[in-house]
Amino acid sequence: MSEFHHYELNFGPQHPSTHGVLRLLLELDGEVVVRADPHIGMLHRGTEKLVEHKTYLQGLLYMERLDYMSMMGNQHAFCLAVEKLLNIEVPERAQFIRTLFDELGRITNHLLWVGTCALDLGAMTVFLYCTQERETIFDIFEAASGARMHTGYYRPGGVSRDLPDTMPRYEKTPLRTPDALARMNEHRHGSLLDFIAAFIRQLPARIDEIETLLTDNRIWKQRTVGIGVISPEKVVAMGGSGPMLRASGVAWDLRKKQPYAAYDQTRFDIPVGKEGDCYDRYLVRIEECRQSVRIVTQCVEWLRHHPGSVMSENHKITPPPRAESKTNMEAMIHRFKLYSEGFSVPAGEVYAAVEQAKGEFGVYLVSDGSNKPYRVKLRTPDFVHLSMLAEMAPGHMISDIVALIGTYDVVFGSVDR
Amino acid sequence: MSVSLPGSVFKLESALKAVFSRLLEESQNPRARIVVAAQEISFEVPTGELYRVMRQLRDEPIFLFDSLVDITAVDYLDMKKTPRFAVVYHLLSLTCNHRLRVRVFPEDESSLTVPSMVALWPSANWMEREAFDMFGIIFEGHPDLRRLLTDYGFQGHPLRKDFPLSGEKEKRYDEEKRAWVEVPVTVEPRENVRRVFHSPGFADHTPQSPSVLVVK
Repeated sequence: MSEFHHYELNFGPQHPSTHGVLRLLLELDGEVVVRADPHIGMLHRGTEKLVEHKTYLQGLLYMERLDYMSMMGNQHAFCLAVEKLLNIEVPERAQFIRTLFDELGRITNHLLWVGTCALDLGAMTVFLYCTQERETIFDIFEAASGARMHTGYYRPGGVSRDLPDTMPRYEKTPLRTPDALARMNEHRHGSLLDFIAAFIRQLPARIDEIETLLTDNRIWKQRTVGIGVISPEKVVAMGGSGPMLRASGVAWDLRKKQPYAAYDQTRFDIPVGKEGDCYDRYLVRIEECRQSVRIVTQCVEWLRHHPGSVMSENHKITPPPRAESKTNMEAMIHRFKLYSEGFSVPAGEVYAAVEQAKGEFGVYLVSDGSNKPYRVKLRTPDFVHLSMLAEMAPGHMISDIVALIGTYDVVFGSVDR
Repeated sequence: MSVSLPGSVFKLESALKAVFSRLLEESQNPRARIVVAAQEISFEVPTGELYRVMRQLRDEPIFLFDSLVDITAVDYLDMKKTPRFAVVYHLLSLTCNHRLRVRVFPEDESSLTVPSMVALWPSANWMEREAFDMFGIIFEGHPDLRRLLTDYGFQGHPLRKDFPLSGEKEKRYDEEKRAWVEVPVTVEPRENVRRVFHSPGFADHTPQSPSVLVVK
């Protein structure tokens, strides 16, 4: 009789299904995982340390570079923390714009998640469908802020500028026929809000399309149903949040329970799973996209009828209009001081959290009263979720590990920080 | 825009005062106190009492903090506070919908030791490993206290205030030795914007506030 031993497998860091740079040491009994030891930190850039050496406005831009799949939500938490210490009010229009962009961010995040997770599990087409919708959302971000991904749109005290009245159009090139050009610019003749409205009207049908590829797909179900089951008690004790928590049947959403921005003025439902397996997490995320569509629709309606300021009028914190600084001495000084020294924040400590696409994204901010944060701790949801892997992986087949990593929705920018 | 709702803050504060009245009153516990600021409650606890207090916070029906959201540390070296380090816990109750921040101050700087929370909340595992990695806080009773984010073989604790921003060592491949070597960093430290302290009250952003500069 030969003697069988467990053997170790080094999974990653360069492996497409680790969604970045995760090194996983797996102890295997045949094809069954006995022990999993994730090694993270390969993308550790010391964001928390860097932010200590930057002004608040500069530090804000690092937030988007954490979770680069849902950029706006991260900025939101940082802005909330600073605003709480400063004790300033944000205009209502800015609150609705933030809600709108948070939800568009949630849609991009979930769409890319569905696409990549399906790609990991062997479905190629979904990814192509998802990126198509994602591109349109990036167009929206670009029209509002000037950048497609790292927008820097939110500012302490509001958002950097109001939504534009015109949508940029595609131009004529030798390769584009007039018909194609007309088709591409079909919804681009009105304002940005018109474009968002047109996009969001057709989105449910596109989500249906994605669902036809997966929801009843036999292979997809075999790969996800009953995989990575976690009980509600366990997921709470392990610090779970967002879709991870809700798929296990815990009806918890910060947007409802501790509302911020304009969430208390919009109507939406919280989808909750039953089994707490990978398939439920997929269903919850898809349903969240549909609920986001509802929120975006309401925000667009509200924003159409409520023009107004999108920045706090306190010019010690927010810059006065550019044109004003040409004629007004005080406005010029304010602009100069804000963009050189930055604003000072009263000493103290706060914790502000938002329901970002992946779960609770929190910023713990300690200020010493100067123009730079004294300490910033970023509580990222996927860091906490990935720490569950060692607990959840044993007993699964090695191919299910891919489904498990996929289901946490990890982005290593925000796990390693 | 508030994280915790004002109503729940008052309720939680009075509950804390009632349950931990003995701890808060005892004269030998100058470290035990409740701070309410910006609609948030910080509960400062002596290190020796931490585990007992946390277990009560988790299990007492009035608190039911079923989720440990975050563990981190703060190095007060530049603020010249003593003790130098604070370990900060953020708790959240999904049942009662309230939040609490618990802070402890490990006194002995040569061995910064606090009890581990892994037995109470399994989510503490990686959070404590991170705080150990970044600050050198030792969590007594942690099953597997290894470095988490820094490189294999890394030395030092990067988020301490006496650790330079550009680091201490850099790695490069040595052609002659045909191996990775560690050398002192070659990056020049620079600071584009200085940390500026204005006179007290300046940051309150009231129109009358004086603007006397105190540059550190």
